[in-house]
Amino acid sequence: MTAPQHALLPDCRLHLHHGPIDLIIGVEGSKRNACYRAACERFATVLQGLVAELSDLRQPLQNTRFSDPIARRMAQAVAPHGGVFVTPMAAVAGAVADEVLAAMITDHVPPKAYVNNGGDIALHLSGQRSFNARSPTADITITAEESARGIATSGWRGRSHSLGIADAVTVLARTAATADVAATLIANAVDVPGHPAVSRQPASALSPDSDLGERLVTTDVGPLPAADIAKALSGGAKVAQNMMNRGHILQAILSLQGQTNEVPLDL
Amino acid sequence: MTRPAKIRCDACPVMCYIADGKTGACDRYANAGGQIIRCDPLTILDRRIAKGDEIKPFLAANWDGYTATGDDVTVSAIGAGTTYPDYKPAPFIVSREIAGVDCVTVVTEAIFSYCGVKVKIDTDRHLGAEAATVRAEGEAIGHVMTSEYGSQMLSLGGVDHLTGGSKAEGRTTCDALLQLCNKEAVELTVDGGSTVVVQAGQAPIVDGVREDRMRVGCGSATIGMFASQWKGLVDEVVVVDDHITGVVSEHQAGKVIDWPDTGIRIKGHRSTPGRYFKVAEPGQGWGGTNIEDPLTILGEWRADKGAKPGLRLLMVSTTGDHAAYFVLNDALEPDAAPMPQALQPSVDLIAQNCEPALCTVLFMGGAGGSLRSGVTENPVKLTNSVKAAQTKVTIGGAPVYRWPGGGITVMVDVTDVPDGAFGYVPTPALVAPLEFTVDRAAYEALGGHSTVIRTLSDVLETGGEYGADARIVGTAER
Repeated sequence: MTAPQHALLPDCRLHLHHGPIDLIIGVEGSKRNACYRAACERFATVLQGLVAELSDLRQPLQNTRFSDPIARRMAQAVAPHGGVFVTPMAAVAGAVADEVLAAMITDHVPPKAYVNNGGDIALHLSGQRSFNARSPTADITITAEESARGIATSGWRGRSHSLGIADAVTVLARTAATADVAATLIANAVDVPGHPAVSRQPASALSPDSDLGERLVTTDVGPLPAADIAKALSGGAKVAQNMMNRGHILQAILSLQGQTNEVPLDL
Repeated sequence: MTRPAKIRCDACPVMCYIADGKTGACDRYANAGGQIIRCDPLTILDRRIAKGDEIKPFLAANWDGYTATGDDVTVSAIGAGTTYPDYKPAPFIVSREIAGVDCVTVVTEAIFSYCGVKVKIDTDRHLGAEAATVRAEGEAIGHVMTSEYGSQMLSLGGVDHLTGGSKAEGRTTCDALLQLCNKEAVELTVDGGSTVVVQAGQAPIVDGVREDRMRVGCGSATIGMFASQWKGLVDEVVVVDDHITGVVSEHQAGKVIDWPDTGIRIKGHRSTPGRYFKVAEPGQGWGGTNIEDPLTILGEWRADKGAKPGLRLLMVSTTGDHAAYFVLNDALEPDAAPMPQALQPSVDLIAQNCEPALCTVLFMGGAGGSLRSGVTENPVKLTNSVKAAQTKVTIGGAPVYRWPGGGITVMVDVTDVPDGAFGYVPTPALVAPLEFTVDRAAYEALGGHSTVIRTLSDVLETGGEYGADARIVGTAER
């Protein structure tokens, strides 16, 4: 079995890898090395902590008390989303990013830091620092004054399976774990049920231990008529708007076959 | 319907159950017929692949006594498994003898965040302006570089497209690079220019039209090259070309060997004597024009400038694909006539000098500090050793060009690398097989991980951490 691995990339970012996790970490300022050391130290036990509670994390939330701090972040992130199928695994990537970021800036506080876990990103910003990311519609800039500290993207083309057909749903929220689960659920809601252009397979046939079990996940989406695209996007936008009204997310950008919707609309 | 067997992977603590034919959550390990494997088995290259022998799978169990030591076999890093980020030795450090010297080959799959491809496309068509953005599936993945002789260059990938842009841009760039490096076809569009299908070692397809041959030169250049061979065999030669059509009697190359005037008149814009632009529109006819009947570009012949009955005219395209022979009749009109035997060789020579139009894909990447530390404990010593030509660098067994200057930045022709040798990680970045070969004493002097050196036969028999699957590329038969 391979151990967690770390390496400094030539541009001074840090790459951490263990099993299915790849983190790209950036820190600005004189505290960089100390922060990187802290990140490596925390990362050493990330996967083993999660694996210990994996079977419970793959079930919809019950009254389980998780002992692993990342598992607790995951449970906390999915807790507000009742009435729809979701397991804490929907927040795993964001929660890992949040946890490693928090550990990294506990003792030394740099002006800017981020942990990018395959596109689910946890941020730390102060003073005049800002973070730039690109979304399917526009460049996103998050400044220190704004409250977003998490960015996540979900879609059927990504590494995790999606119940919906969105190419990409990008969400800004206060934490990466919150953004992660929101992006997953909004992407699931971008759908045209039963459409012949959409191919689906049971998740369990693709990944035997998927938390989605026998649920059908999207494996291909053929070209769709513009009206169907608009309808699918508005279904997702409705879910996103609802999450915004309840204060869970700050912004969502939904994209499908060249069309995009944004929540809130006046941006 | 029976369910495919699923097995548990022990490559990391997640211990995924993986269905047959699928990969685990990491996309790095897979279930192949009930066994967990790295996505590529370790590949051993037989130097005799150069003979063009077919690629054969090789199983250690069926080892037929063929000795794997010596110059015939190169241990490649394909499927070695990456140690990235390396604070442990590369997966295979193999001891074997080359020409009596105890050599050490350090093989690893290297993750290249800093990588891309340089593409040369043999075509005279204008693909797009210099620095124009090149896209795959709508995402910017590179740009047009310079025009070179008879070809155009693209630079694709690089760290800015892989990790500096959006997730989609990075993923699309990585996909396109991977396909190009693995010798698959990729459709590229140039902003404000053409759509071109690029595949290493294959003819380019520009805006749906396959480019078969690279011309010798433009019509004018062809005149320059062949004028002296035509002298005495024919009275006039027109080389039809979409770019510059050449006329031997008017051309400087004809003048210097005292070629007489013929009274010919070309319909087109004269550039300099004997060189004409725009004799027709671009197309699939003669010399890349839309001409089917070459006589349509000729005006009336002028007797006062030397036209006379019996004058012999050769018309030929720049690629030698089309050629026709005419003789002026009493009314000074060209009549088609059989090509004289003496003239045919010059037409054939033009065709022979046209090389097949190809796309060439060079992978270019840099081996960073972490990668080098998998090889030795003091990375810069490896760099210096490579520069001093003491350590040989290969990619998938193929020779590389190493750029002078700092670091180990190399280029390799992907057609020299075995099929399917390149992979990727979701960073996104490409994974390429990389080998360093050095003699054992020098390796130890470099601060190499000498305690983990294994013999070649041991690696072949027992494999690496994941599976003993090895295959010889090229023939392993006696």
